Amino acid sequence: MATASGTASPPAYDDATVRLFFIATVTWALVGMLVGVILALQLAWWPANMGIAQLTFGRLRPLHTNAVVFAFCGNVCFTGIYYSMQRLLKTRMWSDTLSRLHFWGWQLIIVSAALTLPFGLTQTHEYAELIWPIDWAITVVWVIFAINFFGTIAVRKVDHLYVAIWFYMSFVITIAVLHIVNNIQIPATLTRSYPVFGGLTDALVQWWYGHNAVAFFLTTPFLGLMYYFLPRAVEKPVYSYRLSIIHFWSLVFLYIWAGPHHLLYSAVPEWAQTLGMVFSIMLIAPSWGGMINGLLTLRGAWDRVRTDPILKFMVVSVSFYGMATFEGPLLSIRAVNGLGHFTNWIIGHVHSGALGWNGMLSFAILYWLYPRLFGRPLLKPEWVTTHFWIATTGIVLYTVSMWAAGLTEGLFWRAIDATTGQLRYPVWAYVVQKLEPFYWMRLAGGTLFLAGVVLMAVNFIISARAERATTLATGDALPARA
Amino acid sequence: MAEDHKDGFHRRIVEARGGTMAVLTAIAISIGGLVEIVPMFSAKLGPEHLAGVTPLTPLEVAGRDIYIREGCVTCHSQMIRPMRAEMLRYGEWTRAGEYEYDHPFLLGSRRTGPDLQREGGKYPDAWHYQHMKDPRSTSPGSIMPTYPWLYGARVDPLEVAATVRTLRKVGVPYTDAVIAGIPQQMRAEGSEIVASLRTGGFTAEPDEEIVALIAYLQRLGKDGTAAIKAGATAALP
Repeated sequence: MATASGTASPPAYDDATVRLFFIATVTWALVGMLVGVILALQLAWWPANMGIAQLTFGRLRPLHTNAVVFAFCGNVCFTGIYYSMQRLLKTRMWSDTLSRLHFWGWQLIIVSAALTLPFGLTQTHEYAELIWPIDWAITVVWVIFAINFFGTIAVRKVDHLYVAIWFYMSFVITIAVLHIVNNIQIPATLTRSYPVFGGLTDALVQWWYGHNAVAFFLTTPFLGLMYYFLPRAVEKPVYSYRLSIIHFWSLVFLYIWAGPHHLLYSAVPEWAQTLGMVFSIMLIAPSWGGMINGLLTLRGAWDRVRTDPILKFMVVSVSFYGMATFEGPLLSIRAVNGLGHFTNWIIGHVHSGALGWNGMLSFAILYWLYPRLFGRPLLKPEWVTTHFWIATTGIVLYTVSMWAAGLTEGLFWRAIDATTGQLRYPVWAYVVQKLEPFYWMRLAGGTLFLAGVVLMAVNFIISARAERATTLATGDALPARA
Repeated sequence: MAEDHKDGFHRRIVEARGGTMAVLTAIAISIGGLVEIVPMFSAKLGPEHLAGVTPLTPLEVAGRDIYIREGCVTCHSQMIRPMRAEMLRYGEWTRAGEYEYDHPFLLGSRRTGPDLQREGGKYPDAWHYQHMKDPRSTSPGSIMPTYPWLYGARVDPLEVAATVRTLRKVGVPYTDAVIAGIPQQMRAEGSEIVASLRTGGFTAEPDEEIVALIAYLQRLGKDGTAAIKAGATAALP
């Protein structure tokens, strides 16, 4: 990755946009995770909705998922992409105007999500709940981003596209395809619309979208970020170039097929369910290819993980990526899915990915970028390590409690009395009450994770307001040997 | 293991050309979706039709819109799996044709509450009326929120007509007669539920949101259950 070290003078790069995305990332992380904590409290203690319609679980849950996926994770992807692309391609983003339109357009979409979802304005498709006028806005903003993205590639000053760019490209292309196809709707009013696809076809299209939102919004752009920021933080090149080629192409090809594993044991045709299961199992290989390439980039630098909290975040992130991409295929096996589907195990699974992989990698990137973007050191560097331990403890509490809750309900639901042949636990609420302790434990885990983000935000704010003690140069004036 | 493939095929042909890379990526991500989704539109490979399943009535459509608005699907599934325990708890496993007119589908992905695929007819109207107001009065230990705002709020027949007309555009077979008679039909159906609520000791208006929601909940699975029973009888020697 010799191409990443630059000699271009810093003013050539547009870091103002990167700073805006950085600030938006931290802001939406706080909002999205706070909503998550409120929902966790409601499951442990239902009156937490305070009798307000807009705060009931059914209306707030999509706000949590949208805020975390599209606001927090989306903005961190854009932060990392706008920062790294310019340096990898040794050119300023193609158009400053498009960069700004992208930034403000995306934030406007998020604000409109927050102003519609709690009021019951929803399409109900998971992660595609936003109503049709917002869907159109997303399409416009995405096209703006795509033009800027490919425009920058076109005017690049290096020959070859580094592996991070491949992953970003799959993000730009695939999200466009998924978003458009899954939102083909006929409007009935300004706020309501109905999908052209119906029944199980609608279900299959939605889970083709839903699963690949995980793949191409929460996986491939983050792998791209890993391929840029991990080598930069370790100051070593990526372990294997050949492995990155193989795992990139196999990952983007295989992931698309995995959607039907969300519909196992449904009346979706058997052949589609089987394809979904088989391709999900195959996905272990390219997923672990990425994990191995990430972890082995640390070869010869493992001693630094003890002292460098940014590397701590990265190692835990990539490890959670490996765990979640093992658990996913496991849950896609029909027999395992029969037990896990509809239970909290799935909630635990997605959070080991979202908190562990996406969250921890995002924090690493934000901490690494802060001095480079804002030209000043963190006032409290020791808080970074504290954040790491709080967050890790939070994830462990979260995933363990949800695994336990999921297995509990899965086994209670299916228990049949051997002598009578009837259900052992026919009263639904009996099983619900058994889950209460796990819900409190999950709330503790989620609260810790949020507390870590608060600590990070406070650290950024007080550092920004502190007297400028040391002036750091921005951009490539810093060591860039990765 | 540091490789330097300066002259490798991937480096020369793919990495050096952004357009080539974009086209190859677009092809790679399209194949799986095309193979899995396109056959869903064929009669042979796609979901099977189930004779006897008919579209919802306008009042039930209004109830379904409320079900969507409140996010009921975030906690309740509509999909009974072909497993013994599920069929003991909920009834017959769900057939593909039962969803035929569902735009959007509401299968759900999480059961914080029980499945509702065959909820219709399981409890009297009055049970639902009380349950939505105070879930714990009918189901001790429930963690479901209360929905007091469904009581008193009115359903607008014009809004329902907009929905029904749109559903027809996406393929649900509503006739002109059904669309023209929406206000009258809603009133007639609503009045039936109001009458049954009265016997349970509750007073309501035919155009209240809670009445529409009850109409929808009481319809859930009715056609499917009857069609499956009829099919099973027909299949007997």
